[in-house]
Amino acid sequence: MSATDYGWLVLAFPLAGMLVTSFGWRVLPGRLPGWIASAAIGLAFLAAIGALVQIQDLPADQRSLVDSAWTYAATADLRVDMAILVDPLAVFMCLVVSGVSFLIHVYSVAYMGGDRGYARYFAYLNYFVFSMLLLVLAANFVILIIGWAFVGAASYLLISFWYRRATATYAGIKAFVMNVIGDVGLVIATFLLLNETGTVNFRQVFERAPDAFASNDVTLVFACLLILVGAFAKSAQLPLHTWLPDAMEGPTPVSALIHAATMVTAGVYLIARTHPLFELAPTAADISAIIGTATLLFAATVALVVTDLKRIIAYSTISQIGYMVLGVSVAAYGAGLFHLMTHAFFKALLFMGAGSVIGAMSGIQNIDRMGGFRRAMPFTFITFTCGALALAAFPLTSGFFSKDEILAFTINRGGGYWVLAIVGYVAAALTGFYAFRMVFRVFYGDPVPEARELEEGHLAHHDPANPMTGEAEDTDVGFPGPEHVIAERSRPMKAAMGPLALLALVAGAVQIPGVSDVIENFLEPTFEDSRFRDTAPTEGSEVIGLVVGGLISVAAIAVAFTVYVRRRGISLEWRDRFPAVHRFLEHKWYFDELYDAVFVRPAATAGSFGRRVVETDFVQGFIVGGATGVVRVGTSFARAIQTGFLRGYALLLLLGLAALALYFLIASS
Amino acid sequence: MDVVWFLVLSAFIFVIGAAGVIVRRDPLVILLCLELMLNAGNLALIAFARMHGGQAGQVFALIVMVVAACEVVIGLGIIVAMYRNRLRIDVDEMTELRG
Repeated sequence: MSATDYGWLVLAFPLAGMLVTSFGWRVLPGRLPGWIASAAIGLAFLAAIGALVQIQDLPADQRSLVDSAWTYAATADLRVDMAILVDPLAVFMCLVVSGVSFLIHVYSVAYMGGDRGYARYFAYLNYFVFSMLLLVLAANFVILIIGWAFVGAASYLLISFWYRRATATYAGIKAFVMNVIGDVGLVIATFLLLNETGTVNFRQVFERAPDAFASNDVTLVFACLLILVGAFAKSAQLPLHTWLPDAMEGPTPVSALIHAATMVTAGVYLIARTHPLFELAPTAADISAIIGTATLLFAATVALVVTDLKRIIAYSTISQIGYMVLGVSVAAYGAGLFHLMTHAFFKALLFMGAGSVIGAMSGIQNIDRMGGFRRAMPFTFITFTCGALALAAFPLTSGFFSKDEILAFTINRGGGYWVLAIVGYVAAALTGFYAFRMVFRVFYGDPVPEARELEEGHLAHHDPANPMTGEAEDTDVGFPGPEHVIAERSRPMKAAMGPLALLALVAGAVQIPGVSDVIENFLEPTFEDSRFRDTAPTEGSEVIGLVVGGLISVAAIAVAFTVYVRRRGISLEWRDRFPAVHRFLEHKWYFDELYDAVFVRPAATAGSFGRRVVETDFVQGFIVGGATGVVRVGTSFARAIQTGFLRGYALLLLLGLAALALYFLIASS
Repeated sequence: MDVVWFLVLSAFIFVIGAAGVIVRRDPLVILLCLELMLNAGNLALIAFARMHGGQAGQVFALIVMVVAACEVVIGLGIIVAMYRNRLRIDVDEMTELRG
């Protein structure tokens, strides 16, 4: 089998899994849907490995294969094929997506065990993986947009999975609207590119772009900015990030899979995929880098004050994706995608650990209520700490190498990029601090009642309540299920978290400056046309970067240790001393309020104006009322004749006949 | 005999029938009056047929009889329906078609 055959298999397995679980939900007993769905993703992962092996056998300059199944649409000058592009970048993404998804499926088998929507959940999850793989394997913009939209739909379905929870459905709508803004940007960008190059296929667009556009051509910059709108909406970058923290309403494994490890990195993939365009339009790439940097700083500051465990991780996701966007925007493609991979490992792991803790807390997500779980949940504690170490870029963990490679690359570009790199280092310090704020507040300190009960061997139980609003939960749809699930007592959850913890610690080994360069070499064929290949930092400067990054990370963790363990309460003092700063951060830089004032409020005002004035007075009163009025007046005479008296009708009939007869008599004589 | 006499008789019967339809309120009587009107028409048709010496008028009269029979069936059906619904047997009560 060729590499493209494996590519089709990668798509086929999740699709088949989705169909089986969605049509078989009535007959499949117990946890079988979960295992079927997991097996489907596992097979997809194996197929991705098959594609990897096949593609590595080819010579380096022929590692980009396109295979078309059928013609999707053909009009005058445009032919769109249902085609997949298998190249190192696509294979890399397939491996990350299907591999992490497989572990999260296994985790979900246990975590969602008590949920009434069990089969529905796995059908959605398989649908998501299928969409995501379609997105990364697409060979042209049209198929990419289809996968892009599918992914948005899957995200919507899974965020509002507990559809009886009002906040969850609102969050789903918010995410969908934001994603559609991105879809529209992507569609218009495709149209602009089609207009100038006459094709939608990636390879041809990239081949013809240098002829069709001058460097920094206005149309191209505009098209790139529209691509960025799509990428930023999906990847939750400023100013389209507000949906991601709300997306934490979904089940925790969903947060791990979609809103941390895979879907939100689609924007990074898109920028990497369209890098020939961005290199022709450096203005757009610079804007992208600046926004990525702004996002990573913004999200890191907000993560300092948020008290909802899952939302802290959500903001850290936004921040880490900011690093990736910065990386691919400054042409550090290998580094950006390397960080994408390590982030997928440690962020999925952090969410899994958070899910375990939330299970132990019986649904409570507020870290103010948590503490002292270290002895009660040793496995969760160790794996969560591994994830936090990688997130904080602790020396020799995976995040350490990937994050610092991005920053080293940025510095190496020189000029204004220095500023971006410095901001990146500042945010790295904040990252270390908030990562260990989670660890120290959840696992250290005095055990809360829930932790103490767990140490005595039984799980705490609270009446199910919405973690955001506190209102009682409608348990009819399943959540939160009769049993709580924690990693300590569930083998599938341990089986998923163990490998991820290991990967979070050691996955950095694939790319250590001066030692190994696996990712960079593997992706080389995709990015060999890059103009910035020669600007890669020297090993010496990368090592300096690593030392600086490591020192920052260790210092930040030490500060967190001081604040949250050694001198507890000092954080409260800070909060009281700078109430304005705290309020500013707690309101997430007032982005939601800003959108409310700029978009929601005017739209609501216009809507209510329309309902009060346009609808009642104009439509109902004038158009509908006017038309009926004319008819009513015009028919008043006809209605008056219709008395309903049978004998009256008979008389009229006779009179008419008589008149007719009279007329003919007179006329004929 | 002159055809005029037949026509006068026909017109006379027709007017009696029409007057009955208009003034009477009992649907049964109205049906009877309708029969009178139809048969007045038949008389005229046959008279003219006789005058012209053709068969067309007679055939036409036969068809009118068939139509009359159908009409009586429907009319009686309506009357029975009124009776079943315990309505008064009075055409002035049936004014649902008032506009």
